[in-house]
Amino acid sequence: MKTQTDKRQKATYRDVTCPFCSLLCDDLVVENRDGKLKVINNGCQVAVSEFEKTPPASSPQIKGRKASLESAIEEAAKLLKRSRQPLLTGLGTDVSGMRAILQLAEKTGAIVDHMHGDGLSKNAMVLQDLGWIMTTMSEIRNRADLVIFAGTDAGNYPGFYSRVIDNRSTLFKTDLKNRELIYIGDKPDSKLARRPGGRKPAVIHCKPEHIGEIISVVHTMIVGDRIDADVIHGVKLQTLIDLAEKMKQAKYGVIVWAPGELNFPHAELTIQNFCEVIKYLTRTTRFAGFSLGGNDGGTTAVNVCAWQSGYPLRVSFAKGFPEYDPHIYTTANVLKNRRVDAMLWLSGISPGAVPPKADIPSVVLASTSVKIGYRPDVFIPIGTPGLDHKGHLFRTDSVVALPLKQLRQTEIHSASEVLTGILEHF
Amino acid sequence: MYIKLAGGTVYDPVHGINAEKRDIYIKDGCITRKPDPGEKIQKTYDLKGKVVMAGAIDIHTHIGGGKVNIARMMLPEDHQKDPVKKTSITRAGCGHAAPSTMTTGYRYAEMGYTSCFEPAMQPINARQAHMEMADTPMVDKGAYAMLGSDDFFLRMLASKKGPEAISDYVSWIINATQSIGIKVVNPGGISAFKFNQRKLDLDDNNSFYNVSPRQVLISLARAVRELGVPHPLHVHGCNLGVPGNVQTTLDTIQGVEGLPVHLTHIQFHSYGTEGDYKFSSGAPAIAEAVNANPNISIDVGQILFGQTVTASGDTMKQYAGHWHAHPKKWVIMDIECDAGCGVVPFRYRDKNYVNALQWAIGLEMFLLVEDPWRIFLTTDHPNGAPFTSYPHLIRLLMDKSFRNDMLATINKDAAAATVLGSIDREYTLYEIATMTRAAPARSLGLRNRGHLGSGAAADITVYNDLKNREKMFAKPTHVFKDGELVVENGKLVKVVNGGTHVLKPAYDKTIEKSLKRYFDEYQTVKMGNFRISDDEILEYGNSSLIEQPCL
Repeated sequence: MKTQTDKRQKATYRDVTCPFCSLLCDDLVVENRDGKLKVINNGCQVAVSEFEKTPPASSPQIKGRKASLESAIEEAAKLLKRSRQPLLTGLGTDVSGMRAILQLAEKTGAIVDHMHGDGLSKNAMVLQDLGWIMTTMSEIRNRADLVIFAGTDAGNYPGFYSRVIDNRSTLFKTDLKNRELIYIGDKPDSKLARRPGGRKPAVIHCKPEHIGEIISVVHTMIVGDRIDADVIHGVKLQTLIDLAEKMKQAKYGVIVWAPGELNFPHAELTIQNFCEVIKYLTRTTRFAGFSLGGNDGGTTAVNVCAWQSGYPLRVSFAKGFPEYDPHIYTTANVLKNRRVDAMLWLSGISPGAVPPKADIPSVVLASTSVKIGYRPDVFIPIGTPGLDHKGHLFRTDSVVALPLKQLRQTEIHSASEVLTGILEHF
Repeated sequence: MYIKLAGGTVYDPVHGINAEKRDIYIKDGCITRKPDPGEKIQKTYDLKGKVVMAGAIDIHTHIGGGKVNIARMMLPEDHQKDPVKKTSITRAGCGHAAPSTMTTGYRYAEMGYTSCFEPAMQPINARQAHMEMADTPMVDKGAYAMLGSDDFFLRMLASKKGPEAISDYVSWIINATQSIGIKVVNPGGISAFKFNQRKLDLDDNNSFYNVSPRQVLISLARAVRELGVPHPLHVHGCNLGVPGNVQTTLDTIQGVEGLPVHLTHIQFHSYGTEGDYKFSSGAPAIAEAVNANPNISIDVGQILFGQTVTASGDTMKQYAGHWHAHPKKWVIMDIECDAGCGVVPFRYRDKNYVNALQWAIGLEMFLLVEDPWRIFLTTDHPNGAPFTSYPHLIRLLMDKSFRNDMLATINKDAAAATVLGSIDREYTLYEIATMTRAAPARSLGLRNRGHLGSGAAADITVYNDLKNREKMFAKPTHVFKDGELVVENGKLVKVVNGGTHVLKPAYDKTIEKSLKRYFDEYQTVKMGNFRISDDEILEYGNSSLIEQPCL
């Protein structure tokens, strides 16, 4: 199998959806010239770099040796059939890839998790424990007069500023000049976040693990209770009194967080703090949360898994029906505790999504630009949805699903085609 | 090759057939006339003594889309009580209040249902709804696109755009989202909640657009009629769940100026304020108005006791109801200047006055509305109860002594506050066949569904004629989907995908110019990507796209 592309291709594609982060910007203009893609318009740095890469040539391998697709698929099926319980993880794929993964999970009694399962599960636990009030990108763009970035500067999502924060016009006469941005935590780091729209945002510096307590103090004051401390985790009380006042005065306030960037134990409790204050403020004004996460098809995997099994990932099919445990059925945990005896890793989107090393039989389905640090038992190259084949992905807000186009001709197969091939052996 | 269903007792209200012993012939998935004597009958089913009806149609059931999936993600404890194991032909999943998609399809089929309609598909979330419905096997699907709180429409109304322009937009939405009708939810109210309004009566104005629910209703109802959309505007009215909303509902019936409208889950909109609890039944007054106004149809949204989850586009009223959440967790979402959703788990208790009276109000409505062609059997799944409780509900309607036994067990004050005990009516099988088959098909414009005449799709359900109607309707002896036997003795024997019903009304294409500008300037998706193509519907796994004609 070759990754070499047809030299005679030439086309310009408009309204192209970018799969490389969960904002799914869908306004790219991409040109295909002799099989090489070039972003003509509306691509952020990440998009330009990823679209314009030529994936290295690659072919299926069995134990490091070149093999035909058919034999690699057969070997993968054998390996999974032999397994008592495999782990299907990574899951950097689109809707149809995820549908095939769940079919395979049922056949093999597998555990299913996503490479960004830790972040995704933090949100899921808050949803299951408390619920929340959330909003979506077009609402923030047109309505928000106060945006609080809690523990993130959205630096990993360049399009967030250009599409949602720095827009020129709104539907509801929102005063964009005075749209207030406040960062809480150890950010902003990124260039974009430091001066969005040429303005300097307010920053409340603290360690990420203290954000939750700071928000609780603000919540307490919004409720009307007193705080008997002058400084909380290095932040002057007066700063928080001012923040509480701004939050009460906001007509449409938003707290933005990125669960994957809250990297400390029990970060879900910090997210709960955000959701509690949002709910309280909604008694008198309008406030909502917005979560940045679910890259590499994470939001897609959560949604498809939820509608097919009832649960948002971290599911085991060992007993023939889905069992959910966000603490036990994690990739790291089941590998460490040898709960599984084989692994299938799937990553067809970001090249940075590399499989964990595991000394159990492994099948890796990955785009050819993924650098795998070891030699899996079976390797099958797969295409990137939105470049090599059509597909669908869910945006970070879990509301909008967008179509992905095929932009170039390759002989590489999609994840769902390969997985369907594996399923035919069952 | 023909299949013969021999000698069953047939109920087919479209053709006026009431308990007649008849043979039915199937060929190529359709019902056909009696073949010539020389033709070979491949298989004959002896249905002597059995009840034969068309496959049932659920006109209002929340089976797909974002809010349903939030409900699923939110309720692991509910799923754990009803795990569903894979079999050699079926997929694993879970059941009860927010079942997995596959389980939803299987259980509908096992109850003899062959078509289900998702009533609240948000245009911006339509793709997800269709994907979930494609993963709901066994039944044909369809959806109503939700309008009335979307900025583009309210802006048109505020700037006094004419009815033609509004019809073009409504038609564009039906085409772009692959839907079969239009629903309005708390007209303009989902938008008003985003501007921090907490209440919006029929003649209150949305504070930003200065447009009232009455204007939204009339404008959409007119557009739906002008476009020839068979199903009247599907209305979830103002003030859902608010004591005293009986007056709002009566005003709505009068206010639509004779235009055809369908008032959905009317039980939740039929509350008075009389009595010690300041909560009383408005069902008799509403039923009288429905009986007197032939332009009105309704579905009930019956509540049944137990745990469920409410999922609705009505963020304003779901927020107001969150204080009653059980368990104590709930979700509200504002969505894309388009609409929103609210998900609140709920437990209806038979010893609670309000819940018990809600139960009685729904049943009063069923029994006081005279014309089964204009009232449909729903629990607003899962809002009033999961759809799996339909057989129990049918028994309540058909069996007066059973109903009165149940009435004796509910909250005493509620039992005293309802006229239910004095109503003698028992639904007949013919009336059940009307309200669950013939009438929804007619209302939706499904010409080849809901009846057993020649040319109809062979969606057929066969029951044992049991005295216990709950047992009878819970477990059909045979269900045929497009002529294939898919259920035998209440158990699935074959899995099929089902198709999707759509409507393609005409519109003036120049509207895309202003829509494209609008999407480019204010929205975060492109118009071209918002639109769902015919190919996509099939790519998701639906067996077919069934285009129904406009009137």
